[in-house]
Amino acid sequence: MIEFYLDGRSGVSPYLQLVQQVRHALRLGLLHEGDRLPTVKDVVARLALNPNTVLKAYRELEHEGLVAARPGIGTFVTRTLTDASLAAHGRLREDLRRWLAAARLAGLDDESIEALFMTTFRSSSQEDVA
Amino acid sequence: MIRGLAGPVSEEPMTTVLRARGLARKYGRRWALRDCTLDIPGGHVVGLVGPNGAGKTTLLKLAGGQLPPTAGDITVLGGRPAGGAAQLARIGFVAQDTPVYAGLSVADHLRLGAGLNPRWDAALARERVERLGLDPAHRAGRLSGGQRAQLALTLGLAKRPELLILDEPVAALDPLARREFLQGLMEAVAEHEFSVVLSSHLVSDLERTCDYLIVLVDSRVQLAGQVDDLLATHHRLTGPRRDPDRLPAGQHVVSASHTDRQSTFVIRTEDPIHDPAWTVSRLTLEDLVLAYMEGPAPAKGRPVLEVRR
Repeated sequence: MIEFYLDGRSGVSPYLQLVQQVRHALRLGLLHEGDRLPTVKDVVARLALNPNTVLKAYRELEHEGLVAARPGIGTFVTRTLTDASLAAHGRLREDLRRWLAAARLAGLDDESIEALFMTTFRSSSQEDVA
Repeated sequence: MIRGLAGPVSEEPMTTVLRARGLARKYGRRWALRDCTLDIPGGHVVGLVGPNGAGKTTLLKLAGGQLPPTAGDITVLGGRPAGGAAQLARIGFVAQDTPVYAGLSVADHLRLGAGLNPRWDAALARERVERLGLDPAHRAGRLSGGQRAQLALTLGLAKRPELLILDEPVAALDPLARREFLQGLMEAVAEHEFSVVLSSHLVSDLERTCDYLIVLVDSRVQLAGQVDDLLATHHRLTGPRRDPDRLPAGQHVVSASHTDRQSTFVIRTEDPIHDPAWTVSRLTLEDLVLAYMEGPAPAKGRPVLEVRR
């Protein structure tokens, strides 16, 4: 069972935060097929969150085929995300380490590295959209 | 109604809990609420937000049937707000500062609630009082602020209303009591499926709990819509200085600020933003509300914006 949290300053809507936390837990292997997600009432009572927000998040996860609702019982994980992409993580992490080392060698501090990454990330994802 | 928690997902149209047409209320010569036109769909927790004195309490009292309108028209759950006992039984109202009778015990309050409300849910009331750890023999006047608020909420919930109206329910509470109150309210909404309208002058209270927002400033509704739609259609643009008139037609300026080189706009648009000159960022609900409160203040008053999907 996972426990949700909310980051009020992230600018990410609460429903999306819940979706991302489930996806994240699936990717990291913290949630397995057959695991039950907390009930809507439990999430709502713990986080003082609107029930529709939780329902929307669970519907989105259902739509993605990651979970299935069994009426009267709960919502269960139907698929994991620790799939093919996991194999590529090691190589990508190595590349990233090398890139970070090069950036530091060039005199960038943490903040500059983050800014450079975020602007490049945003502009390349915008190019993908356009 | 909130959709069933484990039931099949359907998108059937929901009933309107509150419908206002040109609604207005005057106190003496001062308009507390002007030209209020709203359609609030059912099944939402609606946040009514605005500065002190903006007209929030007036709107809620009009909805609760405690105040007649000076002009215009209001229906709540399809009926007149004060249209007889049957209509009153469908609406719960927790007034500002969550009032209770100081001299009466917790048990007295529950007895009173049972006597006054035809749909009283005694089991719910008893179970909540027990879970809150309130002593039934305790006099309400000697409860803490948080406990008093929880007692008032219990009375409102045990009435089993279709619509529960709460006027600044957590304003006077400390952060922990505030959280506990909202947890209890949200849990009840999940369990009993009713609509809620609650007001606050603090957006942070509403950020998690509300999925529908009404912004009231200077006795006028500035914005009304589903929170997700509002967040998806509002953006902050930062870039080289530019005149607001030179923004594309589909981008409505909510607020603008300029330095000699830079402009920052909060805009509302349904369209994607392609202009590479702008750094586009997301807004939190608080940013959004503040943008409407500040506003560009054009000469003839701001338009009423409604975002629909």
